[in-house]
Amino acid sequence: MDSSEAVYQGLKSAGINFIVSVPCVNLGKILEIIDEDEDIIHVPVTREEEGLGICAGAYFGGKKTAILMQNSGLGNCVNALGSLYQLYSLPIVMIMSHRGTEGEPIVGQVPMGKATPKVLDAMELEYFNPKNPTDAKGIISKSWDLSVDKGSPISILLDINYW
Amino acid sequence: MKRFDAILDIMKYVDDEIIVCNIGFPSRELFEIKDRSKNFYMLGSMGLASSIGLGLAIANDNSNTNEKGTNADGFKKNKEKIIVFDGDGSVLMNMGSLVTIYNQNPKNLILVVFDNGCYGSTGNQCTYAQNIDLLEVAKSIGFKNCHDYNDIDFEDILLDECEDPVFIHYKILPGNADSPIIDFSPEEIKNRFMDSLNTNNH
Repeated sequence: MDSSEAVYQGLKSAGINFIVSVPCVNLGKILEIIDEDEDIIHVPVTREEEGLGICAGAYFGGKKTAILMQNSGLGNCVNALGSLYQLYSLPIVMIMSHRGTEGEPIVGQVPMGKATPKVLDAMELEYFNPKNPTDAKGIISKSWDLSVDKGSPISILLDINYW
Repeated sequence: MKRFDAILDIMKYVDDEIIVCNIGFPSRELFEIKDRSKNFYMLGSMGLASSIGLGLAIANDNSNTNEKGTNADGFKKNKEKIIVFDGDGSVLMNMGSLVTIYNQNPKNLILVVFDNGCYGSTGNQCTYAQNIDLLEVAKSIGFKNCHDYNDIDFEDILLDECEDPVFIHYKILPGNADSPIIDFSPEEIKNRFMDSLNTNNH
């Protein structure tokens, strides 16, 4: 199974119908696929934290939400994850292209790459790190219901080698 | 006029509309003036009032209504208006939001910016809004419906079937009322709010 198609099928299976995004080269194909899907509202945003605000509002309005972003964006999201999502127990699926992992060619990606799992651990936010498309599709398919059950964001980290 | 009286004035006209209210004293003042289930009180995430309002506006506007007059997500009617009570400091903190709102162009969103040139909830430190005109900023982005509150009748704005979002600049004086702390838990605020919207996903 194609790595991007697996993420898309997982999102569809989870019932996700509202996606905000800040691009990463690895997410490019998924963004093209969701733009073609008339049943998914896709809102490109200027900054990841803004995207979390939009998804909170969309959830209040009945949507099942996800954010697609690079893991660097996690740094921009920390306060909103705490003082909006954890405070009000809101769900969201966070699909993160995890840069700065093995095979990373850009040195600037490395610090946030290393910090990403620690940031999620520090915030006590559950995350998964599927290594292949089959696992990714399976985990993402269950991610929305899991997020609702826990009343907390669920992250899927997709390493460079995943793609 | 200070923020309390400005909110008091606006709430004379608000009936069925959904309100997303900025963190701190704005929410406390709204709570005191007219607590209602269709108010969402922010208790954190400064800067995101306009973004939360945008998400609600898109969710409410983009769904098709069925034969019962409710849409797929449970709203009773399509295009229920969303009013955001924002502040100059929080708009400055999330300026990209104005660009996203302009590009998404929800016709059911009314963004009211109470501009007192201060970070009111942290002790009235000055914001850079004292040196720039946020109404001109909104116009320069391209918003078609930009208004100075003093030049409009807010009731008319609520009744208008706009084709584009509305940006309202409400220049006020610094100062907070002695409004009480909101005595609902975050979960209570959320659940009451979502129940009032008839959304069915919680």
